[in-house]
Amino acid sequence: MTALAQDGAALAAWHYRRLLWRRGLLVAGLALLLLVTVLGDLASGASGMSLGRLLQGIFEPTTLSATERVIIWNVRLPYALMAVLVGAALSLAGAEMQAILDNPLASPFTLGVSSSAALGASLAIAYPLGVAWLAPSAQVTVMAFAFACLSVVLLQMMSRLRGAGLQSLVLFGIALVFSCNALVSLLQLLATEDVLQQLVFWTLGSLARADWHKLGLLALVLAVLLPFSLRAAPAMTLLRMGEDRARSFGVDTRRLRLASLLRISLLSATAVAFVGTIGFVGLVGPHIARLLVGEDQRFLFPASALVGALMLSLSSLASKLLLPGVIVPVGIVTALVGVPVFVVLVFRRGRSL
Amino acid sequence: MSLSIDHLCVAYGARQILHGVTLPALPAGSLVALVGPNGAGKSTLLRALAGLERMQGTLRLDGQDVTRLGFAERARRLAYMPQQLPPGLALGVLESIVAALRVGGSDDLLSHAFEALRQLGIEGLAERSLDSLSGGQRQLVALAQLLARNPQVLLLDEPTSALDLHYQLRVMGAVRERVVAHRLLAVAVLHDINLAASQADCLVVLREGRVVACGAPADVLKPAMLAEVYGVEARVEQCSQGRLQVLVDRALA
Repeated sequence: MTALAQDGAALAAWHYRRLLWRRGLLVAGLALLLLVTVLGDLASGASGMSLGRLLQGIFEPTTLSATERVIIWNVRLPYALMAVLVGAALSLAGAEMQAILDNPLASPFTLGVSSSAALGASLAIAYPLGVAWLAPSAQVTVMAFAFACLSVVLLQMMSRLRGAGLQSLVLFGIALVFSCNALVSLLQLLATEDVLQQLVFWTLGSLARADWHKLGLLALVLAVLLPFSLRAAPAMTLLRMGEDRARSFGVDTRRLRLASLLRISLLSATAVAFVGTIGFVGLVGPHIARLLVGEDQRFLFPASALVGALMLSLSSLASKLLLPGVIVPVGIVTALVGVPVFVVLVFRRGRSL
Repeated sequence: MSLSIDHLCVAYGARQILHGVTLPALPAGSLVALVGPNGAGKSTLLRALAGLERMQGTLRLDGQDVTRLGFAERARRLAYMPQQLPPGLALGVLESIVAALRVGGSDDLLSHAFEALRQLGIEGLAERSLDSLSGGQRQLVALAQLLARNPQVLLLDEPTSALDLHYQLRVMGAVRERVVAHRLLAVAVLHDINLAASQADCLVVLREGRVVACGAPADVLKPAMLAEVYGVEARVEQCSQGRLQVLVDRALA
């Protein structure tokens, strides 16, 4: 009898370890797929430079002409890497948001964080702060960041009101999206022709704003925050089983939420501030990751980041191939691709495991 | 080991929910059922015991002030089970229990988790996904999450609500068995007064945040009490197997 019980336990342990292995392998597979996509993204572009030439140029810069150097270092590499980092940041933020707000529709885009950032940026473009020590482009980024953070704080305050349920939070997010969009439109209406163009371009969401400073900063934010996300992951998994359950199991949910909120604001605000509004990656990325690796947030967070990076990298590739000779802003591509995926997800809540 | 509750008060803002609840010491090895009409404060009392509500008054476990225990230590000794596991979770059964244990930081998570499943006789479900289980099976998994942590007190909020007859008895039977075998104390909010009468050693009847009666089912369940607390005309009869049955005839105007 005890031998049988031990056999059962050993078998269950074996199954469990196999499950963990499978999830680990899936995450590794995603990373590999991302690498391939990034190479594809690097290899495509208006100049028609081949991947071989490009890689040769990266490792032996002396063999390049001046034009080629500009193409590699100022265009292809920053674009491709920015797509990866922004996708990862938005999707990770979305995954954490869905966990702490207990809401499958939560994402930086659907709950108005992106729109708020766009409003902040538009304000800075239309009415420069007039701070001498800050370059105008940096002012735009700072304002976008500040507004994004503000919106997350508002969302959090809303979610803690007594009686504010799941629906009311989403409704509040939608209200935020609409009011910010209305204010951005108002700014556009009042703007001069020159400013108007900048405003419209900012709201489109484009990788064309990528440069090495921004890349470095975003990489730093991700590298610093991801370990904290992973450390909070076990408690987050418990939170997914219900607030009371998590609290009664000794999780300080207030502190968990607060820390997560800080990460979400930093991740989504930095990403949005650098490239503008990019929709649906933060919403759909975590859902696809969940279908792959399940609800254990130790796997879900890295998988979400990778799926987001993959989605945006593919979108970046598509944005170059859609119209010959024109790079369509990637925000338009993600919205076009994301909407059908989103609709399918809503109507067919997949089961996994 | 015993749990004593003295002058426990809970208020939401200006609204007083519990008005100084005092109970005789609840001994280990017994199952206590909290019963009473809707809004009596049963769940609030349970949540206060679990540390989920701000409360006043004293709460002692083995003479030790529970409110002075740290967050994690209190959670380890008094384990609370909310009403239901949320639907749509992409987690495996064993995985969900290991995940619950991981936060507590105990070692050898896997064997503890499996042992809890085995105690409840549901080790066959270990590899299933939570989403593929019936409501009753999910409730047993939730109970396994609690038992895996070896608590001293089980606090169960309507553990049998929305369960069919088979699982109502299986869940309560599993609780009873653990309570007796491991000398635990279980406090459960039960809506079904007949289930409470047949399963509990002690009934605590609450109304409007106050204790109306407390004691063995046979002492507590009287037509006068049922009329006063529930507003019904009812008979309390003994069935052929000796158990008490409350038969409700009509609602009093």
